[in-house]
Amino acid sequence: MNAPAHPPQPQATPATSLLKTLGLVSTVCGLIIVGAYQGTYDAAAANRRLALERTVFKVIPAAKSMAEWQATPQGIRPAGGEAVAGAVKFYVAYDAAGVLAGIAAEGAAKGYADTVRILYGYSPACQCITGFGLVASKETPGIGDKIVTDKAFLANFEALDVKLNAELSALANEVKAVKHGTKANPWQIDAIAGATVTSRAVGKAINDSAQQLLPKLLPEMEKLQKKES
Amino acid sequence: MSDLAQARTFDEFMEGIWRQNPVFVMVLGMCPTLAVTVSAVNALSMGLATMFVLVCSCGLVSLMRRIVPKEVRIATYIVIIATFVTVVDYVIQAVSLAVYDALGAFIQLIVVNCIILGRAEAHASKHPPVTAMVNALGMSIGFVIGLFALGAVREVLGAGTLFGFSLFGANFQPWVVMVLPPGGFIVLGAWLLLFSALKRRKEARLAAQGGGHGA
Amino acid sequence: MTAPTRTEIRSAPHIKGPRSVEQIMANVVYSLLPICAFFVYQYGISAAASILVVTAACLLAERAFVRTGTQAGSLSDFSATITGLLLALTLPPGFPLWMGAVAGISAIALGKALFGGIGFNVFNPALVGRAFVQAAFPAAIATYTPSFLPGRFTQFIPSSLAWPLMAPADTAAWLKAMQFDALASATPLAKWKFEGTLTAAGDLLTSLAGHMAVGPSPVLILTCGAYLALRRFMDWRIPAAVLGSAGLTAWLIFALGGTKYPDPFFMLFSGGLILGAVYMATDMATSPVTPRGMWVYGGLIGVLTVVIRYYSGLPEGVMYAILIGNAATPLIERITQPTPFGKGASIRTRKSASYTLHPDYISREEASAKTPKKRFFKNKPKKS
Repeated sequence: MNAPAHPPQPQATPATSLLKTLGLVSTVCGLIIVGAYQGTYDAAAANRRLALERTVFKVIPAAKSMAEWQATPQGIRPAGGEAVAGAVKFYVAYDAAGVLAGIAAEGAAKGYADTVRILYGYSPACQCITGFGLVASKETPGIGDKIVTDKAFLANFEALDVKLNAELSALANEVKAVKHGTKANPWQIDAIAGATVTSRAVGKAINDSAQQLLPKLLPEMEKLQKKES
Repeated sequence: MSDLAQARTFDEFMEGIWRQNPVFVMVLGMCPTLAVTVSAVNALSMGLATMFVLVCSCGLVSLMRRIVPKEVRIATYIVIIATFVTVVDYVIQAVSLAVYDALGAFIQLIVVNCIILGRAEAHASKHPPVTAMVNALGMSIGFVIGLFALGAVREVLGAGTLFGFSLFGANFQPWVVMVLPPGGFIVLGAWLLLFSALKRRKEARLAAQGGGHGA
Repeated sequence: MTAPTRTEIRSAPHIKGPRSVEQIMANVVYSLLPICAFFVYQYGISAAASILVVTAACLLAERAFVRTGTQAGSLSDFSATITGLLLALTLPPGFPLWMGAVAGISAIALGKALFGGIGFNVFNPALVGRAFVQAAFPAAIATYTPSFLPGRFTQFIPSSLAWPLMAPADTAAWLKAMQFDALASATPLAKWKFEGTLTAAGDLLTSLAGHMAVGPSPVLILTCGAYLALRRFMDWRIPAAVLGSAGLTAWLIFALGGTKYPDPFFMLFSGGLILGAVYMATDMATSPVTPRGMWVYGGLIGVLTVVIRYYSGLPEGVMYAILIGNAATPLIERITQPTPFGKGASIRTRKSASYTLHPDYISREEASAKTPKKRFFKNKPKKS
């Protein structure tokens, strides 16, 4: 009973009763949790897939469908199955006809406030970056977050050169953000004046990720040309 | 239900909304209050998530109040609260991933929101389910109002929008500080100032009327 | 019939009448006027409007808070005027006027009224106001314009006249129309930080050479500060300590680090260091009262300024350095208590609180003690 206790002698509750109560509560709660998990699993998975597709399709506008792949030291293969150490995940996007529209991959680098995570689109046809979108960032609103609104900055990513060197082991030219107004080569990114740190982070994120992914990806490009149905 | 019982239920309901408002009067649950109220939508979703957890766990705690021994009551309450927080976590993922990402870890942190354990311990464990749930509902509406008051001000000044609709046109100059943590403290302080001023004015008026009671 | 002049001869001690707060504050305002005039001469009517609006906002906010009755002080003590003038001098001349008003109001509200009015504030109110707008409008506060533009007395800098709540006009385009490149509007510190170019210390000292984006001349500020120090309205130790330690730190890094770092003279005369050292760090309520404490406090601010300028993302560090120094003031006062006469080092006892407590507060714990009441409304009737 939960009546106000009699101060002098609160009687001890037997251990079995304590165990029984806790057991009952755990059972009830366990059932509720499992029920909720089962009930929402499909919707949540669909949501997550949709969100990913939306980001990828934003980076590669021509895309209509996509598949998830990973690049391992042994070569590229569709994602799923057992995880391989050192594997890099990337997304292959196809247009309405099922022809390769582009490849999207994630990159991350330290920005002004925290890690800036971006998703960039890569076009095998011109061997260049064709666009990027923000996955997560905590950059200063009004300054650092200009990287997704500043038109002059985004123009850098219409055809950012990421050609590989002759041995296909690394990028021919390191992608790098340079001081505002000094861009001279197609592999350089013209930084936003006043948001140099964030601009550099974008450059570094693309460079780091592309250095890792493209040398593995390019030799096996033909595997990806047509959508597997 | 007699008139008296109805009036009492109504009192239980209103208590959390005004007289014991968790944000403006008791200043409880400051972690989500300050952290997620960057926009009105975030504030409302956080408030609704907390409302679900509060009402459900208070109902269950109240149902079980006669069989739970005093010695294990806190453990029981925490398990019950954690259960509903997990449920809410799944539901938000299913409903909207954008809201889930915006609220981040603060959904899981509802477990340690002291409003909920406080209500379970102080009210639900001593009252029948209906009363407990009505009180919890009032309390959580008070919490939603508090969060919304912060979120609305911060969104209007910090982004020039309310619920994502632009209020001032494209040329608005956002007050960056409002969407940063200091903005949360400043806006909360301003609201507390306003409420305390209102309270004092009311007390002064009551005292001037000569009654002096009911303050 | 003229009364004979009487000469009174008295023995020591000669005690002068105590200085009133009003007298000190009024003198600080007088000494600030030439600096404001120079600022207006540099930037024209935009600077004048900025000074007027910011000061008016401070005075209005002060009046509103004093009227609630919870505040010490009154409008006539000139302290809000000083806050407004100093705040306007630290803002860019083309800072939108409505943002200036926000800065003024938040300076008084957050920097002063929050703590209970004049004399109770922990932080320099002008710097609190500036810190608020720095956090709120980081882009606008970094937008400077070159000084001595032609037509500055007839034409506003376009960003000044932004509508309330609206973003300011683009000054870069306006400057381009006047044949200035984008670099002309960067402050010397920003130029050094982001471009790696130094401005000659001599040019910085007078602020008169060419179209530089700088504040009033350091020479003028030092002269006005010297007037205050000579008349004992300000302690010379704090500016001396700030400038000395900043110069020393900059010189050490310059001597050890080599070409990567600018020379100490550039560090001393660029940005707001001189204004901060002379007028902000010396604020009486927020700086230590013990002579040794002043040296410690000034030294801390000087080192922090250089460290923030060199190693953080911001080009300017004086504001945060002084605010941190303000926060450390009670601690500094506590560890730098002078030894009372007659108490040698050998019989020094443990130090207790460095300030006398109000007797009402000491006995607050007792049930019978009366708590000093803060009155929110002036005519609040007594409870029966």
